[in-house]
Amino acid sequence: MNRIKHIFQTRSEKVIPFITAGYPSKKDTVNLVLAAEESGAAMVELGMPFSDPLADGPVIQEASQIAINNGVNIAGIIATVKEIRKSSQIPLALMGYINPLLKYGLEEFIQDCSAAGVDGLILPDLPPEEAEEYLTLCKSEDLCPILLVAPNTPGERIQEISKAANVLIYCVSILGITGGKGAAQQELENYLKRVEAYSSCPFVVGFGIKNRADVVRINQMAHGAVIGSAIIEEMRKKKNSVAVMKSYISKITKGNH
Amino acid sequence: MEIRGDKNLSYQQPDENGHFNEFGGKYVPETLIPAIQELEKCYNVQKNDEAFQQEQKKLQQHYSGRPTPLYFAPRISEDTGYNVYLKREDLNHTGAHKINNALGQILLARRMGKTRIIAETGAGMHGVATATVAAQFGLECIVYMGEEDIRRQKLNVFRMNLLGAEVKPVSSGSKTLKDATNEAIRDWVTNVENTYYLIGSVVGPHPYPMMVRDFQSVIGEETKEQFARIAIPGSQSPIPDFLIACVGGGSNAMGMFYPFLNEKVQLIGVEAAGLGVETEEHAATMTKGEYGVLHGSASYLLQTEDGQVKLPHSVSAGLDYPGVGPEHSYLKSTGRVEYVSATDEEAIMAYQWLSQREGILPALESSHAIAYLKQRDNILQQGDNVIICLSGRGDKDVHTVADYLGNEI
Ligand SMILES: Cc1ncc(COP(=O)(O)O)c(C=O)c1O
Repeated sequence: MNRIKHIFQTRSEKVIPFITAGYPSKKDTVNLVLAAEESGAAMVELGMPFSDPLADGPVIQEASQIAINNGVNIAGIIATVKEIRKSSQIPLALMGYINPLLKYGLEEFIQDCSAAGVDGLILPDLPPEEAEEYLTLCKSEDLCPILLVAPNTPGERIQEISKAANVLIYCVSILGITGGKGAAQQELENYLKRVEAYSSCPFVVGFGIKNRADVVRINQMAHGAVIGSAIIEEMRKKKNSVAVMKSYISKITKGNH
Repeated sequence: MEIRGDKNLSYQQPDENGHFNEFGGKYVPETLIPAIQELEKCYNVQKNDEAFQQEQKKLQQHYSGRPTPLYFAPRISEDTGYNVYLKREDLNHTGAHKINNALGQILLARRMGKTRIIAETGAGMHGVATATVAAQFGLECIVYMGEEDIRRQKLNVFRMNLLGAEVKPVSSGSKTLKDATNEAIRDWVTNVENTYYLIGSVVGPHPYPMMVRDFQSVIGEETKEQFARIAIPGSQSPIPDFLIACVGGGSNAMGMFYPFLNEKVQLIGVEAAGLGVETEEHAATMTKGEYGVLHGSASYLLQTEDGQVKLPHSVSAGLDYPGVGPEHSYLKSTGRVEYVSATDEEAIMAYQWLSQREGILPALESSHAIAYLKQRDNILQQGDNVIICLSGRGDKDVHTVADYLGNEI
């Protein structure tokens, strides 16, 4: 069974770190994923770097540029997933922008992802309006299309999006880009209540999540918390990125594994 | 070349989802979907609203100075053997065609109740046009501009400041128009509730390419009527043989071409070839690009084998963009418009040529269109009636040209 589908059948506190593939260096990616798993991550989001990441703030922009300079590309990322699968069954979602996938060939990309052991895809610049072919391909390859919703998405649209996604949706916590301030408590609560009411599938929350308190709070209202820029910011300060991943994730999953 | 224009075919693009066949669309984060839906709805109502049209027309006339002249340029006609006419968009208030679009969009922004206006700019002409209309209506205005463009277009940066706009330098990527557009979109995602994104060309997600084209179509509509009036007596047709315009994002070209798409006239878009299309240093998206998605729509795109966006190059900041409006990609795919390119050097020479022979300093962007007249392998014939869209004036470029020629000012 698709690993994402599997883990979201049970409700538990879930921490989902985001890692830019190829950052800080290409050889780190496999070890970072394994370290995240070892430290209690429920699932990992692997970023496929793009030169013009519209939904990302300065931290992930910079990480993406470094990864591109390191020579990371789609074929390399799929190979990395195969490498990870030799020793881990952690659910994996690839996150990225549509252009590099079109260049690779969307159909080929989705088939190769499936064969390598990817479980889901998150494409922030592919709203349902443009996603018909993508959704069909995902379905036929048993990949989860993790569609996104935002705080300004109307209830009915949340419903449609969750039906199309079927397994899991991703709630952007704020109006904004990655690496910004977190959402105000009351607003976030109202928003996630609305998602709860309209979504026909589980939902995780990302953007602006930093610490254990955020993770606990989000998991009370949703089915998982994604943490991205905050980890990369820590990695920028220290040399050993795998050690950073271990201590960061251990701290925010404390008492949870 | 076969001319595809046909009066009996009515051109109807894009479809209701904003697609020009495989081009166009709405490739934006979910956060922006409500915003572009609201914009589309508002535009569809307002474009047929008499009061809106009246207000727009009045501003075009009394604020911007329309109609702009269609000028027969005798001395470059003499030099080339073609009958060359210049559509003088440079004589608009603020010095370029960009104001046509800015005026239309600011009226929409007001009707939508938005209080904060953001824009991206390359050459600074769109930034100046936006700052101008924002000042006129008393709205807050923020303009994103790449650091490289700030350097080469200092004059326009100061103009925007004088107009009360805040110019935010963008230091990511190539530090030019592409990156300024990324930053404007990020701002929009963050401040979507009170902010109107006044995009400067026929690019971006639907409805922008269609809407900006419509606002710029006044160029072609006036040209059609003016040419019919002044066409050389005895000439067979009141329709010119060629229309030529430079293509950055493609708004002045779309504005000129659109009203003529069903006419028997050959349409030529001139892109920036930078140091040459055979080098890596150019901005010739239609000539060298491949299908891709950038800034919310599918179109041709300069990209690497891995699908990363390439850094373009042009001496002209307004053409220094790796993408192009989706409708141009469509018109290339159907063969209706022919796309060619001119190098930095050809553009600089055209800049001097027009200045010296006609007493008109053209924008470096427009100089690319002028340069086509001088290309030996162009498809123009002696005696052809050729109309060039002179999209802007060249004062802003004097430093760049002086630099290029090795002069110090
Ligand atoms: C005078 C002038 N012409 C042309 C352009 C290119 O834009 P477009 O292709 O949208 O007309 C610019 C852009 O800054 C400009 O300032």
